[in-house]
Amino acid sequence: MASSAIASNSPAFIKKDVDLSAFSSSASSFSIQKTNKRNSRKIVSVMAPQQSPRSPSTSGSVKTAMTMTEKILARASEKPQLSPGENVWVNVDLLMTHDVCGPGSFGIFKKEFGENAKVWDREKIVIIPEHYIFTKDERANRNVDILREFCTEQNIKYFYDIKDLGNFRANPDYKGVCHVALAQEGHCRPGEVLLGTDSHTCTAGAFGQFATGIGNTDAAFVLGTGKILLKVPPTLRFVMDGEMPNYLLAKDLILQIIGEISVSGATYKSMEFVGTTVESLTMEERMTLCNMVIEAGGKNGVVPADSTTHKYLEDKTSLPYEPVYSDEQARFLSEYRFDISKLEPLVAKPHSPDKCALARECKDVKIDRVYIGSCTGGKTEDFLAAAKVFHASGKKVKVPTFLVPATQKVWMDVYSLPVPGCGGKTCSQIFEEAGCDTPASPTCGACMGGPRDTYARMNEPQVCVSTTNRNFPGRMGHKESQIYLASPYTAAASALRGYVTDPREFLI
Amino acid sequence: MAASTASAALSGNPNLTSSHKPHASLSPHSCLRFSTAISRKFPFKSLTTIPFTTATTAASTRRSTTVTASSTSFHGLCYVVHDNIDTDQIIPAEYLTLVPSNPDEYQKLGSYAFIGLPSSYETRFIEAGELKTKYTIVIAGQNFGCGSSREHAPVALGAAGARAVVAESYARIFFRNSVSTGEVYPLETEVRICEECRTGDVVTIELGESKLINHTTGKEYKLNPVGDVGPVIEAGGIFAYARKTGMIPAQTA
Repeated sequence: MASSAIASNSPAFIKKDVDLSAFSSSASSFSIQKTNKRNSRKIVSVMAPQQSPRSPSTSGSVKTAMTMTEKILARASEKPQLSPGENVWVNVDLLMTHDVCGPGSFGIFKKEFGENAKVWDREKIVIIPEHYIFTKDERANRNVDILREFCTEQNIKYFYDIKDLGNFRANPDYKGVCHVALAQEGHCRPGEVLLGTDSHTCTAGAFGQFATGIGNTDAAFVLGTGKILLKVPPTLRFVMDGEMPNYLLAKDLILQIIGEISVSGATYKSMEFVGTTVESLTMEERMTLCNMVIEAGGKNGVVPADSTTHKYLEDKTSLPYEPVYSDEQARFLSEYRFDISKLEPLVAKPHSPDKCALARECKDVKIDRVYIGSCTGGKTEDFLAAAKVFHASGKKVKVPTFLVPATQKVWMDVYSLPVPGCGGKTCSQIFEEAGCDTPASPTCGACMGGPRDTYARMNEPQVCVSTTNRNFPGRMGHKESQIYLASPYTAAASALRGYVTDPREFLI
Repeated sequence: MAASTASAALSGNPNLTSSHKPHASLSPHSCLRFSTAISRKFPFKSLTTIPFTTATTAASTRRSTTVTASSTSFHGLCYVVHDNIDTDQIIPAEYLTLVPSNPDEYQKLGSYAFIGLPSSYETRFIEAGELKTKYTIVIAGQNFGCGSSREHAPVALGAAGARAVVAESYARIFFRNSVSTGEVYPLETEVRICEECRTGDVVTIELGESKLINHTTGKEYKLNPVGDVGPVIEAGGIFAYARKTGMIPAQTA
């Protein structure tokens, strides 16, 4: 299942296995202090997380050592101590759903709790229509109406509604792609438990919280109770050190990881990302990293909160939060170390996210189109990155290049933010000069195909380089289409050549 | 998924009592299943008389599911898929506008089960023009159900008429959704069963004995114990389990 090794000359990663025999669920007399309870959290001053290598320990003092994920779940389940494998009822801080899964979840909620049942907390539910919005499909449109009915009836505080489907800008509440909206609206907070009816809910782990995807039935359960039954996952630790080369993005890092451990390498496990490289990443780049945790089968991904996190959240939330960090003596299932300086731009070849290959080795693959969008690769910084490549080249794209900003905010940034080092030009100006399609209405778009009339959907067998997250057969529409997953740099470079292209062709 | 304190005596094999059937139980969709879909009505037929090829009218003759009250076995034709079958192949995204908790749309969803499989799968899971499948059991390789968290995936399989999946391993959200909904029974085996069975083989699963018998090849396979999710499946899904363990109050009429 795992793809062949990437760099054949020197290993870019080292893997260490941890002895599992010391996992114990022994009861501890340690009692959780009142200040740790959810209701009385306050922001504590933050130190950079420890960087010393974890050493296997056999002393008795490690009995209470936990990983970040274990700690978050322990606090949320009001237990002093948790070990991987334990099944616990966990208090949920936030539940998100969208237009595809919301209606089904509400249906089950009413069936199980009663027609007149009320949700557990009208302020802890965020309803975001964004999957199938700009379409004439009647059922899709009806599903947004169902969301609205439920939100009105339940007086849901956060409902990012859209009514005018012909003009997204006429809808002040409309946000766009749920995982990006959650972050931008300040709903992601360190130390919390966030669930969503979407597999890429793991994106929020970038904020140092436990975030994972669930189905309609589980969501209905949470709607009524604010709780969920979870099995504590063991943690895989990924240590990335070194300065990020100017031709690499977080997308390359996660493609590398998935290529190494395979699409089931992290099944039932938590993925923790640490190291100087991770610390140097912006929040959006950390989101990209955590976003594709699910593509490795991971239950959740986490990046320790630090000053970058706090700065991002400063103007977005006024709710208090309390980050947690893995204990120095915490036990990890395995530890992978990466020397970032040895990595090169990558693609995931059809038809699996773990079919990793060097972009430069795919330079003879002719492509038909490029897609830049989605929660994975449609954020503001993703567009800034693509714009940099187009500007550096100064040429026009050789294939149709579709741009779908994830949210209204991203769309506005694309039209207003000057791209660094590009003479004051905005992304939109650079995209226009390069001959890209006009940036489209913010939505998940063609990342998952969607209704037939979805913008940029592949309705014929074509070859596409995409900044999205999955390339299984039929993912973006036609079953015989071929999707190469890539970073925004690689996607832009490929658009310029009409072939899969390493961005170093254009970036110095 | 179950609390470790429950069912201490759980040996791994689900101990289904006569009062319980996992699929026609308290699972949210139980009221959506038309009576023809509930196996109770259709007595077990001997292998030689099962009209698999002539069943085109009534959904009842398409599957032959054991009717014993304890419901500890599944019997029928198997449909074989391979590794890393993702949820887009089980139910492509364009069909997700169908709301599973709506009875009509539930049926429609079932009719699209596995329609996303590539053309290398020459035999379709559901024949053109049909709403239900003739395959009771799905046999798969590794990482079955990977990709999206869409609950529509196990729901589509269940709505189509599949009763159980036997895979080498599962992606966790799909597995969890199968258990929470009770739509398909997710079983595991250590053996590379997807390479030893062919679509159309007649198969019996004896849950009580953790065994799968392929009548066509004559081979038998051991199934893994259900494990932690046993109590949840046994209770009939997450809601039933929560009521049983007192986490939420009993449903009032």
